[in-house]
Amino acid sequence: MLSMTTAAIDPDALRKKLFDAAAGGYCAFEGWVRNENDGHTVLRLEYEAYEPLAIIEGDKIFAEAKREFPFLHALCVHRTGMLEIGDCAVWVGVASPHRDEAFRACRYIIDELKVRLPIWKKEHYADGHSGWVNCERCAQHGRAGSPT
Amino acid sequence: MKTITVRYFAMFREHAGVAEETLTLDVGTAADVFECTKERHGSAEPAGHCKVAINDEMADWSAVVSDGDTVLLFPPVAGG
Repeated sequence: MLSMTTAAIDPDALRKKLFDAAAGGYCAFEGWVRNENDGHTVLRLEYEAYEPLAIIEGDKIFAEAKREFPFLHALCVHRTGMLEIGDCAVWVGVASPHRDEAFRACRYIIDELKVRLPIWKKEHYADGHSGWVNCERCAQHGRAGSPT
Repeated sequence: MKTITVRYFAMFREHAGVAEETLTLDVGTAADVFECTKERHGSAEPAGHCKVAINDEMADWSAVVSDGDTVLLFPPVAGG
């Protein structure tokens, strides 16, 4: 199950939700805000999402992962709003009887959500400019002349 | 002519200067709507990098739009 939040992600609390006596392993991925991208010093990130469709697409990704790599439980939480360097932007956790399904399902979920969910990321740079990640023209435009 | 409500997100919203607008357009498909908005707001992003939804359901660019539909234009995504 995928959810979106404007609050700080608490990995320990999420991990506890996955506990199951039948689970022999658990795998998690945390995506953190880093201070550099493509040679530019990044000060903070801003995430925007269209939650109604993100949830629906997230459900599809989880169903695909479960079909391919049968697991017991999986959760994903994605941040929206303004994030600082080091903040956890996304957390994915999977519990399964054996480790292989947990590793593979976790990888599948994070890889798919990055390219399929209606979520956008705006980088704010040290030089005062900003740019939407993966929006080529916009990133160029932003770096060239629209300080924010 | 069809009355179409267009919703913009992220970069598209910044280009358009509005989050949503209702337009009267001579269009057949979602791709036609996208082209109209690109001309209107001077955006150059290729449709192939973007996604579209009609009335809150993901759609293909070739999907037919009807009078009264809401078309959601999603620029290239970057979750995670």
